[in-house]
Amino acid sequence: MDKLIIKDFDLYYDDFHALKDINMNIAEKEITAFIGPSGCGKSSLLKSLNRMNDLVEGCKITGEVLLDGKNIFDKNVDVNKLRKRIGMVFQKPNPFPMSIYDNIAYGPRTHNIKNKSKLDEIVEKSLRGAAIWDEVKDDLKKNALRLSGGQQQRICIARALAVEPEILLMDEPTSALDPISTAKIEELIQQLKEDYTIIIVTHNMQQATRVSDKTAFFLTGEVIEFNDTDTLFSVPKNKKTEDYITGRFG
Amino acid sequence: MRSFFDQELDVLNNELIKMGSLVESLIEDAVKSLMTKDVELAKAVIVKDDDVDAMEKSIEARCLQLILKQHPVAGDLRLISSILKMITDLERIGDQSQDIAEISLLLADERFIKELTHIPQMGEATIKMLKNSIDAFVNRNQELAYEVIAFDDVVDNLFDTIKEELIELINKDKENGEQSINFLMIAKYLERIGDHAQNIAEWVLFAITGEHVKGE
Repeated sequence: MDKLIIKDFDLYYDDFHALKDINMNIAEKEITAFIGPSGCGKSSLLKSLNRMNDLVEGCKITGEVLLDGKNIFDKNVDVNKLRKRIGMVFQKPNPFPMSIYDNIAYGPRTHNIKNKSKLDEIVEKSLRGAAIWDEVKDDLKKNALRLSGGQQQRICIARALAVEPEILLMDEPTSALDPISTAKIEELIQQLKEDYTIIIVTHNMQQATRVSDKTAFFLTGEVIEFNDTDTLFSVPKNKKTEDYITGRFG
Repeated sequence: MRSFFDQELDVLNNELIKMGSLVESLIEDAVKSLMTKDVELAKAVIVKDDDVDAMEKSIEARCLQLILKQHPVAGDLRLISSILKMITDLERIGDQSQDIAEISLLLADERFIKELTHIPQMGEATIKMLKNSIDAFVNRNQELAYEVIAFDDVVDNLFDTIKEELIELINKDKENGEQSINFLMIAKYLERIGDHAQNIAEWVLFAITGEHVKGE
């Protein structure tokens, strides 16, 4: 089933036409990878999906993004509620400068959950979900900034999970991590697929082949090819895709 | 942008062509050594099979290096994996040519129970198949690869003809038995060589299209 339907989507930064006529269906509980060279528009699209581009001056969007059939750009959409349903994990781990516990409880508290035992439950469940519970359970008061980069990124994933989103957007979530942390996050992404729809932007081609079910290749604001990951990386239909993924682009 | 990688792929292509033409010459010489009872030529085939084995190892090592260092995908991955499979078929053809040469040595002093016509025809047919499969690879020629696959029937039919003839000769005179079995083995080796050439053509098609040919 399609969780997100991107329809006739165009995005402009002032005069610059950054995304052109994007049409794409994102299946529920699948992992979709966005790949393409820097400046191709993949991160712009990702950010649009939970309306982070609302904050960018000069950014204009036309077309629709349907979440379970409802356009996320409709006037009556509550952006806070939308971002609860569509969470985001960024390239650089960015835990808040507070304890591990408070990092995870932050989101639920803003959604008015105050009950201590309920919060305890959410914190444990989220940390377990992000495969970091065993590493931090004895020291939840520790400042999250004192954890390693890989642990910080899993804290950020746990923080995103704490508000029980339906979709997780990940913008190059492992590009700042060492290979071991990367492997842990990749394995985690595979597990998260059981419960979440995931879209991941990555510059790491091997990562796209390892973790994703579908891959979309972007070039100068267009989706050149969108297909099963196995097919796209073994028998791409478009010459431009082949040139990019085999490193012969340009 | 990936000039080093492209150079390496060129080298790989050339190595495969070299291995292909060496193997071609082994089939030719093995059959010739039988027909002309040329002991030296038969021995040379047996020695040269070691070169084929060495080339297989060297091409395999190149492929593995490229997989390790370049992480090939798409057309590059199909090309390298096809080459890895093709060299196995070429190596087997080398072995079977050697097997034929060994029988040539056994028969060099004997008077043949019949004039050999179909065995040299099989030799020519398999050489043609191998040559065309390598040409199809070099020129990315799908049509030629399909021709090779279809041509295997010619080789199979020749094998059946030879088999029937030899059965008749054995029925006529038990004394023909031993030589007949040796000829039959040669025919069987050639029939297998045809199958390997067909495999190579199928890998050529996979490298070009990413799809396996349906069928055997």
